[in-house]
Amino acid sequence: MKQLLLIFSLLSLLWSFPAMAQNDIVEAQQELQIDADGLPKKPSLSEQKAHSVFDYARLMSPEQRRMLEQKISKYYDTTSTQIVVATVNKVNDDISLYATEWAHKWGIGQKDKGNGVFILVSKGDHKVTIRTGYGVEHLLTDALSKRIITNDMIPYFRKGQFYEGLNKAIDDIIKVMAGEYHDKPKPVDEGIPVWAIILIILIFIIIISAISKGDSSGGSWHSSGGGPIIFSSGGRSSWGGGSIGGGSFGGGGFSGGFGGGGFGGGGATGGW
Amino acid sequence: MKKLLGIIGVIVVIAFFAYKFFVGFYNTGIEYQENAKTAWSKVESAYQRRADLIPNLVNTVKGYAAHEKSTLEAVIKARAAATQTKIDPTNITPEQLAKFQQAQQGLSGALSRLLVTVEKYPDLKADKHFSELQSQLEGTENRIKVERDRYNDAVNVFNKHIKKFPGNLLASMFGFKEMARFQSDKGAEKAPKVEF
Repeated sequence: MKQLLLIFSLLSLLWSFPAMAQNDIVEAQQELQIDADGLPKKPSLSEQKAHSVFDYARLMSPEQRRMLEQKISKYYDTTSTQIVVATVNKVNDDISLYATEWAHKWGIGQKDKGNGVFILVSKGDHKVTIRTGYGVEHLLTDALSKRIITNDMIPYFRKGQFYEGLNKAIDDIIKVMAGEYHDKPKPVDEGIPVWAIILIILIFIIIISAISKGDSSGGSWHSSGGGPIIFSSGGRSSWGGGSIGGGSFGGGGFSGGFGGGGFGGGGATGGW
Repeated sequence: MKKLLGIIGVIVVIAFFAYKFFVGFYNTGIEYQENAKTAWSKVESAYQRRADLIPNLVNTVKGYAAHEKSTLEAVIKARAAATQTKIDPTNITPEQLAKFQQAQQGLSGALSRLLVTVEKYPDLKADKHFSELQSQLEGTENRIKVERDRYNDAVNVFNKHIKKFPGNLLASMFGFKEMARFQSDKGAEKAPKVEF
């Protein structure tokens, strides 16, 4: 019995490891990493769950960023629509095209619905662009995107109030898209890593061998059935649900991660 | 007897791998070809989107600048030419694509001349409906660029597949033909830039 307890405590320790590591990533400063294709690296799944605002140019305070993220995340929970905001210092390309490819690469919005919206602010270029996914083009049209940029963002951006401008723009984007895509986001199927499967098999072997070695105590433990149940629920909560539940971190991104939505160049761009 | 069996065995094994290679090459080719065709249909719909905006745009401009008749007519004519030039997506040859591109370029040119003319009419520029049409037009030009690039990428993948050895020996047998790509434009295709 003691042996079993030891195994389980060891197991739970191992199980909590990846969860801890995830939180470390989430709390780390957001850094812009460019891939070989010239576009920013797609954030890890845990980052996608925790963040919807990627303030690489540090135009907002962490509190402001969190407030925006909470708003976006809440909207996502009821509609499955994904709004992502990113800020950079400079774009060396046509910002409209660059932002389209960026959003397309990250796969913002659900794959089958194309309900993603991407806002990119370039501080050095004094430009902002709204990119609309294939599935929202008919609602958030180019003309409406332009109007949101001109009316909501530019006046604030001129004064350096990036949070205020973005906040107002997001409010209006949500208003424009109201009434569409009332859909619960799908939970993401993360898949269990190979090492975890091997670990599970190994542990089962150990358990079984322990049971078969132990004479009568093994049998009685098995009939109670408590062990395996603890095992499975513990495993799942720290794996899939842990970050969805909120806690101190998370809640600012998309519980299902980016959905793989496509972008075809729709949207508008403006300068200040 | 044993020797014969051995030889047959070797032949069977070789035939099996050759067959595997044929099937793999063919299926991958079909997949790439379909991707390129899908990309093409998106190119077409982006151009179609632009064509659909034009009647509205022309009417709005007419309301303010009716005597810019020749410029307006040029746009209408170019639009008609552009929408009439269709391509068979199962057989995109360089000649066909060049024709298509030329027709669309004609429309781009006529449109940018119209937008230059518009500069003379401040009332028109201030018109809300007109400015919305302009943003739609800008977005559409972006869509065209994006979808053209993606089409070229998809064609690249397909062409590489059928031109590399040893696939190139099989390509004609399976009826795989090199697909044409968009050539970069000589300034004419530059989206009518509207700053306001």
